Amino acid sequence: MDSKHFHHALKISDEICIGCSHCMTVCPTEAIRVRNGIAILYENRCVDCGECFKACPVSAIFIDQDDFKRIQTYKYRIALVPAVFFGQFPDEVSQNQIYTAILANGFTHIYEVEMGVDLLLEEVKTYAKSHPEKKPLISSFCPAVIRLVQVKFPALTENIMLLKPPLDITALYCRKELTDQGINPAEIGVFYITPCAAKIAAIKSPVGEDYSMITGVINMDTLYNKVYKFIRTDRSTNPVVIPKKHLSKTAWQWTLTHGEASHVPGRSLAIDEIHNVIEFLEKIENDEIGDIDFLELRACDESCAGGVLLSANRFLVAERLRSYSPLAKDEISEKGNIQAYKDYLLRRINIQAVNPRSMMNLDENMEEAMRKMDKSSQMLQCLPLTDCGACGSPNCQAFANDIALGEADIRQCIFIQKNREQTGELTPDESLEMLKSIWGNNKFFSNRK
Amino acid sequence: MRFEYTIEAGNFTKAGDASSSFKKILKQLNVDPQIIKRIVVSLYEGEVNIVAHANGGKVICDVDTSRVHMQLIDIGPGIPDIAKAMQAGYSTASAKVREMGFGAGMGLQNIKNNADELIIKSEVGVGTQLTIIVNLNKE
Repeated sequence: MDSKHFHHALKISDEICIGCSHCMTVCPTEAIRVRNGIAILYENRCVDCGECFKACPVSAIFIDQDDFKRIQTYKYRIALVPAVFFGQFPDEVSQNQIYTAILANGFTHIYEVEMGVDLLLEEVKTYAKSHPEKKPLISSFCPAVIRLVQVKFPALTENIMLLKPPLDITALYCRKELTDQGINPAEIGVFYITPCAAKIAAIKSPVGEDYSMITGVINMDTLYNKVYKFIRTDRSTNPVVIPKKHLSKTAWQWTLTHGEASHVPGRSLAIDEIHNVIEFLEKIENDEIGDIDFLELRACDESCAGGVLLSANRFLVAERLRSYSPLAKDEISEKGNIQAYKDYLLRRINIQAVNPRSMMNLDENMEEAMRKMDKSSQMLQCLPLTDCGACGSPNCQAFANDIALGEADIRQCIFIQKNREQTGELTPDESLEMLKSIWGNNKFFSNRK
Repeated sequence: MRFEYTIEAGNFTKAGDASSSFKKILKQLNVDPQIIKRIVVSLYEGEVNIVAHANGGKVICDVDTSRVHMQLIDIGPGIPDIAKAMQAGYSTASAKVREMGFGAGMGLQNIKNNADELIIKSEVGVGTQLTIIVNLNKE
């Protein structure tokens, strides 16, 4: 696995960004700075959690997706749709209508992502039993969490369960099923309808995998808008009859909080929302909490129901999925064809070890890192500890580190500027130029438009 | 480089703060993650011991490129029989402390297992001083 190549789905538009620093303040890995009036991303620290996307007041942060027209370059166009997609629609919209609308928008097949869940669950139980030394096991489900562990908790990469998430299993399954029907693999395009940025990043540079089975990614809001518009306006298309419930109750609820943890034997905890996850992993890393067998960790509040690309309120989405599920039968025999491919899929269910990718260090060389740390703590003693962010770094500590790393100048601090203006070390013009280098020229006109 | 932390007696909500702060430093110094884990686990055990048993104390961590040298110095009851205290399961913790999930009597043993060197000096009625050394070069 090449750790240098690290795809990010989150992008910042220089044209739209107003350099307000909201994203910089909320980033849980301190991966954003403001320079020349726009936000910049330190790519090696970003884990694609999407907090910045939610915080941006002008929608300058966007999630890079494939052009929807790209699906038409394939004869067989598979939509891999997560259960949360269905939970977004008002109660009066039936699942049949949703299926009909997805197909009417150009797809030839629909596979629910969670089709692979029941198979995976059995394997998780076996895996947990055969790896007693790796406690607590950390689920491989949420790609933002995997990246967070790599970057911020490198010692815990060993605890990550090396099994494919349901998405990869179902992608393998649908390709295999269609090729077995005599379809040329080159004519199959598998498009994942993603609820978040992290899943895209995981597909474009998979962790623990050599390559991804997924052809392209469509943002969930893009398809939601197309589907909902069709449902609201189309009066002529005959609704398709969807096959009987594909998904078990377990599968429907898998991507919700407790979806995994409630099924894994032993002491299993479910923790959602990235700051909660960080708080908990700190304790796990210190060995403060023992005797936990399994951790379901999700970067979004309410797990995938809270994905940044969902259009509906996360609590309603979760509630709808929970109320759908009693309809679904829980017996294996009801789950369609995937059972016929069980052996094929189980042989391919393991992923390679996930390597640490620590981005916390000040330098690769320890002696050099110590010198930088010394410099950083000297700098911190001069700083006001107000964490105002006016220097273009998220807080005084991060700013001190930036100075030590040679990426910032102590005169960017407005408190230092005031002091130095008074002692004559800095002219008012110089300090204005300093601020302009962070916040851009536009913010310093008296009548900013 | 030297880092010092004060440990407050009886405040379990803050037990672990010194370990967490020192952990952050070790990550910034690019110490191997598995070695960090051993350092932090032993420091945390020692920290909890001070919180639970002593009337407060301090931790002094010295880092150079070859090793981490940690001194945990407390003012407290001291350990009457160090050999006995090293035995797994031996504990003098009160019922209240045990209820909170501490005091299982694995503390010193756990430190020993994670450290490259552990030196215990103790005087009854005066206090205890642990010296924990972890080498940073993998061999």
